[in-house]
Amino acid sequence: MSDATRIAENARRADIRNRWWLTAPALFILFVAAIGPLLVVLLYSFMLKGDFGDVKYGQFSLDGWFSVFFERDIFDDTVGIAEAHVSILWRSVKLSLITTLLTLFIGFPTAYYISIQEPRRRDLLVFMVTIPFWTNILIRTFAMQEVVRNEGVINTLLVWSGIVDRPIQIMYTDWAIFFGMVYVYLPLMVLPLYASMEKIDFRLVEAGYDLYAGRFQVLRRVIIPLVKPGIVAGSILVFIPSLGAYVTPRVLGGGKNLMLGNLIDLQFGQGKNWPLGSALSITLLVIVTVALLFYVRNASKSGGGHGH
Amino acid sequence: MATERRKPFAIKAQPGFGLVAMLCFFMLYLPIAILVVYAFNAGENIALWEGFSLRWFQSAWANETVQEAAMRSLFLASVSATIATIVAGMAAIATTRTAPYRGLTFKYAMINQPLMVPEIVTAVSLLIVFSRFKVWTGYSGIGYLVLAHTAFCIPFAYLPIRARLENMDLTLERAAADLYATPWQAFKRVTLPLLVPGLVAGYMLAFVISLDDVVITEFVKSGGQETLPTYMLGQLRRAVSPEINAIATVFLALSVLLVTLFYFVNRKKN
Repeated sequence: MSDATRIAENARRADIRNRWWLTAPALFILFVAAIGPLLVVLLYSFMLKGDFGDVKYGQFSLDGWFSVFFERDIFDDTVGIAEAHVSILWRSVKLSLITTLLTLFIGFPTAYYISIQEPRRRDLLVFMVTIPFWTNILIRTFAMQEVVRNEGVINTLLVWSGIVDRPIQIMYTDWAIFFGMVYVYLPLMVLPLYASMEKIDFRLVEAGYDLYAGRFQVLRRVIIPLVKPGIVAGSILVFIPSLGAYVTPRVLGGGKNLMLGNLIDLQFGQGKNWPLGSALSITLLVIVTVALLFYVRNASKSGGGHGH
Repeated sequence: MATERRKPFAIKAQPGFGLVAMLCFFMLYLPIAILVVYAFNAGENIALWEGFSLRWFQSAWANETVQEAAMRSLFLASVSATIATIVAGMAAIATTRTAPYRGLTFKYAMINQPLMVPEIVTAVSLLIVFSRFKVWTGYSGIGYLVLAHTAFCIPFAYLPIRARLENMDLTLERAAADLYATPWQAFKRVTLPLLVPGLVAGYMLAFVISLDDVVITEFVKSGGQETLPTYMLGQLRRAVSPEINAIATVFLALSVLLVTLFYFVNRKKN
């Protein structure tokens, strides 16, 4: 090895070493208050539950994971499916899916409409979507509560117009959670959709019309395939936080209509079953990671497909 | 048959999309509008409009619990955003403008990790760990909240700083080096001033994110450490008084102000 290459090599090593020192504070904070605690949750899910919350140290057990899906009958010790957990899991997945679908149905035309406006108006409309996006989720949930309450806008209108003679109960039902989540997560759908619609090459659309396609055919065969990355990104961005939603179901669903996030909370509060809470947390994390991997795979696939 | 002059065919239009868009904006703003309007209601009843009044703003302002929570929220947001911006800025410098090196992907994964984990999972994980720390050390002050907020603010501070660094013109730094500036001088006199918009954007994002947090704060806080959002969450479980509308309105105004500022800081860049 010549002197020149050795000097260059040493300089490169020194550079990388400096880069590690520079990152160290951030990595340290993230280790103490993000990654580390996550590993502890994994560990806790395999421990025996303490009598008053927490766990019994050093006593390992699979009870936490067992009770995610199964329960033992207290009388005859038979094992059955933990129906409460399965129904909550099902509610979480169901509500998250239909929230994703409805936000897509509203968000797609909205994002498209924004993208075809002239620049000034377009910027203003994007800004108007951004404001709710950055507004506290609790405040937005509270705002939704004002709409769906018995004395809220919907019911006042319904009663006033004579469609119903008594307010219908929306608050503390799955409907309230559903409305709340659609409202809260709608900007998360519009923004990525807009980002990919902004880039549509309208010559392709024109070519579609030249080939005698109708409006709907152009939409289905040209526009939708072009913005597919945006559709996938928006859906993932809505689905993931919906699945882990905590504030919205807690406020709008009352104590009864739990979602996964609230079930986890319950195990660390009244339930005093930290291993079960930890196992449920890891379950949620795994579902989210799978969704993310699906997204990454899809994004890279369509990214490659667009390479002319 | 007389041929009418036909409107030029609008290739971009899709039927009904404008209507849905209008409906969407209406949906986004109606609930917020109602919330704000009723903050100015004179009466106790949220359903009935009894005239304009500022009484709920006055009563919220006079409420010591609210004052204390608001101060705590602002303190927490400014301290966490400051630390997060500094460490994220350092990390951004260390992870951009370089050939890939071993550990770079690891660093990206670590820094972006808080974005991928559901908030409730982070919240309970911190509950587990910090409740242990509290027993071991006997300290149960606001430090835990600062640490937790700093951690989840790091990726938000990191992203704009990194974007700014990656778009930066390297020739200016080379020119500085050609003029015999030491690396430190070149950094201080060239890179850092160019980086300021990114740092400001990162700080503001981190500030808003910290200010808005409910879930993680709710699980990490010790007794008597209410922030404005956790105070509101507690109040929502009881009968809601229009005082909450007033607090939410002020909060909303603050968020809108910050977002607008952020928007303009970012736009100037382009």
